[in-house]
Order: sequence, then structure tokens, then C-alpha cells
Amino acid sequence: MSLVELHAIHKSFGELEVLKGIDLKIEEGQVIALIGKSGSGKSTLLRTINGLETINDGTIMVAGKKVGDRDTDVLTLRLNVGMVFQQFNLFPHYTALENVMLSPQVVKKQSKAEAKEVAEEMLAKVGLADKMMHYPDQLSGGQQQRVAIARALAMKPRVLLCDEVTSALDPELVNEVLAVVRQLAEEGMTLVMVTHEMRFAREVCDKLVFMDQGRIHESGAPEEVFANPKTSELASFVGGLA
Amino acid sequence: MAYKFDFGAIVPHWELLLDGVVLTTELTVIGAVVGVSLGTLGAWARASRAPVISQIVGIYVELIRNTPFLVQLFFIFFGLPALGVKLSEFQAAVLAMIVNLGAYSTEIIRAGILAIPKGQIEAAQSLAMNRVQIFRYVIIRPALKKIWPALSSQIVIVMLGSSVCSQIAAEELTFAANYIQAVNFRAFEVYFVATALYLAMSVLLRWVLKIFGNFLFERRSHV
Ligand SMILES: Nc1ncnc2c1ncn2[C@@H]1O[C@H](COP(=O)(O)OP(=O)(O)OP(=O)(O)O)[C@@H](O)[C@H]1O
Ligand SMILES: [Mg+2]
Repeated sequence: MSLVELHAIHKSFGELEVLKGIDLKIEEGQVIALIGKSGSGKSTLLRTINGLETINDGTIMVAGKKVGDRDTDVLTLRLNVGMVFQQFNLFPHYTALENVMLSPQVVKKQSKAEAKEVAEEMLAKVGLADKMMHYPDQLSGGQQQRVAIARALAMKPRVLLCDEVTSALDPELVNEVLAVVRQLAEEGMTLVMVTHEMRFAREVCDKLVFMDQGRIHESGAPEEVFANPKTSELASFVGGLA
Repeated sequence: MAYKFDFGAIVPHWELLLDGVVLTTELTVIGAVVGVSLGTLGAWARASRAPVISQIVGIYVELIRNTPFLVQLFFIFFGLPALGVKLSEFQAAVLAMIVNLGAYSTEIIRAGILAIPKGQIEAAQSLAMNRVQIFRYVIIRPALKKIWPALSSQIVIVMLGSSVCSQIAAEELTFAANYIQAVNFRAFEVYFVATALYLAMSVLLRWVLKIFGNFLFERRSHV
């Protein structure tokens, strides 16, 4: 059984069908890159995996449990599935350390000392041991994004979703965030990331998933997929990048 | 000018004025604390997508914002007894202020909540927080911070509006002033002093609210 199984997922916004029957299995420890044109449904797909978008049809199984749309189900699902966003979304009124400690304390009911220990460990892991007392507006974009990653990791999710985590960053800050993601991948974290960093995807990912117009057109090992595009959509997407 | 000013004529009544100031302060403090709490709940209900409760709160807000405070006060004091709810002057005055401020602060706080970037709420959801936790830890403090100046002004408005409660003989500052000028006929002096007292209370209240806001929103580590 895979860690996450999506079966025949359909999602519409009003008249617009954005996901048209998605099947995807995510294995423990796998690192998956979702690529595709703007508007192809990548973010929507990612967001259905942790219940930020409800689906119109299909099934989502996480860690062997079917996810219904009852609130309790969704909260349990989210304990297993962390997410990092393009815009960091740190809580502005808390320090980096408090941002990371908050959810373990209020959701997992960890003691302050326990939450602090975990938070310090996670912030050290993303290279921010010396910025723990800084507020978000006192941090660079790259640092904020690394805090956001630490915040998600502190919940010990089984899989981490990353939606274009470097797209809002100045070019010189991209690498420090990619380095953290790469390290997570090497440590065996299960990752699903939407990315436009093709070189990074090729180097780090086990599996590439190409989406176009709400469907998965091709997927497989990055080398294969890039070298022999089977569909004209992927061929033109890859061509457009060169 | 024939009129001879005589502020000394007020001196014998200073205790009445002081009592009035005290009562106005009590009305304001209770009205502000309970009214803003009510407004916070109302804003949450309005911002949440629970349709029925949100609509009920919406009707309450429109009802209060589109009717005069004096009429609301009369309704509570003279109207409610018909339903068997009989309140003292003070109780009626305080309830009217709570209900009034509750409605205005619902709208003000709601604006603050709506100004919270959606991404922060989604981040909190992704961290498995439930609605109550998100409201309490992620939304309310930044929301209040954004609208604190507007909310402070509204509280001052309600404090000044409490003068209307003299109309049901709640013995606040305006009632005291009315009473004094009815016995000594020194309308100018009495209302001059009352005006000065209201002004002083407003300035003081604004200052207190500012200090309190600084305390609430100050950056201090909770760890
Ligand atoms: N909340 C929404 N309401 C209506 N339409 C939406 C909503 N969210 C997304 N869409 C539409 O769904 C389609 C897919 O959007 P999605 O954000 O998933 O694309 P994407 O592949 O992530 O694109 P990008 O690379 O630009 O981020 C787009 O046409 C978008 O306009
Ligand atoms: Mg997207």
C-alpha cells in the first residue's frame, strides 16, 4: 500500500473542470516533482492532497485511511501531510521559534519545553539556529521560507507538499531553500513538489509527473521523461524550457 | 453683557458631578469590555461561513447601525418590561451600550479579520489546527492590531454617547449636569464644566486605549 493514493480525482471550480481524473500513488520516501504549464492544475492537485480543496469525485487514501470530508478526517489527514507555500505564510506576530512551536503545542498538546526542543532542532536543521528570536519581517525571503519548512517539519508529517517554494524568492536566495529541500530528500522524506526548477527536479526527484489541462500526461524517472517525451504536450513543454 | 459668570455656584454640587463621572466611567468600562467581546464573537460569526448564524448577526448589526442609540435605549428600558424584562436605569444603560458597541465593533473587527492574508489561514489549516485554534492563535491578534485605532475611536464615541442615558435617569455625568443646572440655573457654567470633564475623559480614554494596545500588540516572546 502506498503512503498516498489518489484515485480518479475530479475537481471543478464552477464550470471549469481543473482536475479531470487524476490517479497518483506516492510511495514512502519518494520524491516527486509535479511540472506543467501555468493553469494546468498543479497547485489544485497538491491542495486536494491535504484537504485545502475539496474534491468533486474520486478517493484519497493517506496512510491506509480513506479521507472523507468530515472535519475530523481532514484534521487527521493534515497531521500526516505538511505543506509549504510559495508565499511562506509565516504568522507575523510570532517569532521564528514561536511559528514553529505553535502547532505542536496547540494541536499535538506538546509541553512548551518539548515543543521548544523540537522547534530548535528543526530551525537548526534549516540553518537558522541564530535567527530563532526574529520576527518574519526581520528575515529575508529565503530565511522565511526555511522557517516555513521547519514549521511544517515540526509536526513530523509523513509527506511534505511544496508548492513552488522558490518562486517568490530573489534569484540569489533560491539556492539556500533548494539546499534544504535537497537535504530532506536525501534524508528520506517523502516529498511532492510543484516546481519550475527543472535542473533541480532532474537531480533530486525519483519521479516526474507532467500535468497538462487537468490530466497527468506522463510520469516516470526524470531522465526518461525528459529524454523521450511521449506526448506532444510534454515535448513542447520541454522544448519551451530550452 | 449682563450675565455674570459664577463658577463658584457649581462647587456645592461637586460630589454629584464626581458621581456622574464615576458612573459614566463604569458604563464605559463595562460597555467596552463586554461590547468588544460581543463584537469579537459577532465578527467571527460573520467571517465564518456558517450561513444562518452569520445572517442573524448581520441583521443585528444592521438593526443597531441604522437606528438611533436613544431609541435603542428607550426600547430596552421602556419597551422590554412589556416582555417581563425589567431593568434598572443602570442595567438598561449598560445593556444598551453593550448592544450598540457590539454591533459597531462586529463590523470593525470583521474588517480586521478579512484583512488577514488567506495564505496564513491556509498555513494554519495545513498545520492541522481547527477553526477555534486558528481564530485564537492566528487571526485575532493581527486582526485587532490592524483595526485598533478604529475600535478605540468607536469606544470613545460610545463613551460620549452614554450621555444619552441621562434620558432614562441613569445618573451619569450629563444627568448630574442637568440636575445641577435645574437647581442653580447656571446652565453655562454647568455645561461648560461638563464639557471639560467629557473632553478630559475622552483624552484619558484614548490614552489608556493606546497604552493597552501597545501592551496587547507589543512584540514580546511568549517562550
Ligand atoms: N479558487 C479558485 N477558483 C476558481 N478557479 C480557480 C481557483 N483556483 C484555481 N483556479 C483555476 O484552476 C486552474 C488551475 O489552477 P492551478 O492553480 O491549480 O494551476 P497551476 O498549475 O498551479 O498554475 P501555476 O503554475 O500558475 O501555479 C486555473 O485555470 C485557475 O484559474
Ligand atoms: Mg500553482
